[in-house]
Amino acid sequence: MTIQEIQEEIVDEFSMFDDWMQRYEYMIELGKSLPLIEEKYKVEENLIKGCQSKVWVHADLIGDKLAFSADSDAIITKGIVAILIRAYSNQHPTDILEADNKFIDEIGLKEHLSPTRANGLVSMIKQLKMYAIAYQTQLD
Amino acid sequence: MKAVADKLPLDIETIRLDFPILKRKVNGYPLVYLDNAATSQTPQQVIDVIVDYYSNYNANIHRGVHSLSQEATDKYEAARKKIQQHFNVAKSHEIIFTSGTTHSINLVANGFAQELNTGDEIIVSALEHHSNIVPWQMLCEKTGAVLKVIPMTQEGELDMDAFHKLLSDKTKMVFVNHVSNALGTVNPIEEIIEATHKAGAAILVDGAQAAPHIKADLQALDVDFYVVSAHKMCGPTGVGMLYGKEKWLNKLPPYQGGGEMIATVSFEKTTYAELPHKFEAGTPNICGGIAFGAALDYMNAIGFENIASYEHMLLEYATKELLEIEGLKIYGTSKDKTAVISFNIEGLHPYDIGTIVDKLGIAVRTGHHCAQPIMDFFKIPGTVRASFSFYNTFEEVDVFISAIKKAKMMLQ
Ligand SMILES: Cc1ncc(COP(=O)(O)O)c(C=O)c1O
Repeated sequence: MTIQEIQEEIVDEFSMFDDWMQRYEYMIELGKSLPLIEEKYKVEENLIKGCQSKVWVHADLIGDKLAFSADSDAIITKGIVAILIRAYSNQHPTDILEADNKFIDEIGLKEHLSPTRANGLVSMIKQLKMYAIAYQTQLD
Repeated sequence: MKAVADKLPLDIETIRLDFPILKRKVNGYPLVYLDNAATSQTPQQVIDVIVDYYSNYNANIHRGVHSLSQEATDKYEAARKKIQQHFNVAKSHEIIFTSGTTHSINLVANGFAQELNTGDEIIVSALEHHSNIVPWQMLCEKTGAVLKVIPMTQEGELDMDAFHKLLSDKTKMVFVNHVSNALGTVNPIEEIIEATHKAGAAILVDGAQAAPHIKADLQALDVDFYVVSAHKMCGPTGVGMLYGKEKWLNKLPPYQGGGEMIATVSFEKTTYAELPHKFEAGTPNICGGIAFGAALDYMNAIGFENIASYEHMLLEYATKELLEIEGLKIYGTSKDKTAVISFNIEGLHPYDIGTIVDKLGIAVRTGHHCAQPIMDFFKIPGTVRASFSFYNTFEEVDVFISAIKKAKMMLQ
């Protein structure tokens, strides 16, 4: 599936809920399916700055696709990063760089998109794209 | 809680009507504002003073011969007198208007550079707001003085035995807060001030968290410097006070150069203005200063004893209810504390709890509360901090407790 198709699928899933509590509960549920980062990658360089909770993200190049793994010490943050990774993992770096993030708004998590919000969703997206840039040059 | 309502030391229903923001909804729920230690809300009486200033007599002060300027100057100086009376200060020029606590501390730390030599010692407490440790670290770098830290106990109190041992003839300055922002501990500043003076050193007390709850008598305390921010005591942001004993303020050099702080200027030499103007360079926050005075009027009309005893009832009730929640631990268990509760629930991240209760309209603080050393001491990433004010109610405590329980259910 393309990034856009996955994003639409996520938006579809979230549209079943009519209040924030159900959305958050689902997000927390998704957090539990996050492809966990290996302990050895839980290091300072992989820590995303700008979050009140700790978030580590790691990327592996498999063929010409990027596979992300991550973890966080806060469960809501873990849910958010799980949603992002579901959309962006196992995709070509160029596609990751070209993707937009409107779906975050559409699933009712807009409040997390503010750059001043301490959860660092914006920093997470930036980090995923940084990995994409790094590996894109490697592929070229 | 109806039964209690008759015995309350203040008329909470009338008080709440004074605060327009308390009628707000947040995320669809009535706002429950429990982040008072970060900043307090503003009553209509103070808002009216701000509107009146800009509507009727906005002018620069101390300069113009015209009537508006005189009116603004009179009101500004009247506010200084109110602050002087409130803190029982001997002379009004011992009150310096600043932009707030941080500015006040930097002003003193900067001025102390000329008092210090290599090997001199500055003592700060482990309970400080970390941004306020920085000016002393900078001062040490500049002068070669050494920073010493008063350790804290598991209860979140200062280790006073250790403090007395740290004092010596090398000690030149002691800096402590009156009340800790992260834990609410009320520090024994009387004892600290007395011992500091016996050692021949000066003492600055950060009253930012104390001033909203405790009316300090600065002459009785005999403290050298005391600093507060108006925005934590029903006043506006960007204005605060530095109290300094006259002899110290005369001794310290000005912090900033500019208009207002000079008597005569030539390219060869400038002579500084008298106190307090020596430390008030540039156009100050005139409206803010006047509104600060109005905020003190407002709080004094309610009465600080009533405020303290009501807030203490809220604290005891909230503490008791929170402790019934399984796995909940409170940090800062001193007998003497203001209405601040810092806590965690086992296995949950404070950020998660804060996010869920925010969705329910409740404002609490999460994180390290600018007190990283305290968090390191307890080996935790941060806490959830609920801080209460006299306009909070027992019903709000109930709403808060049930939100915490809901968050716990969702997150576990
Ligand atoms: C104990 C203490 N000192 C200083 C400050 C800083 O105050 P301001 O930001 O108003 O300068 C705070 C505010 O959080 C505080 O709690």
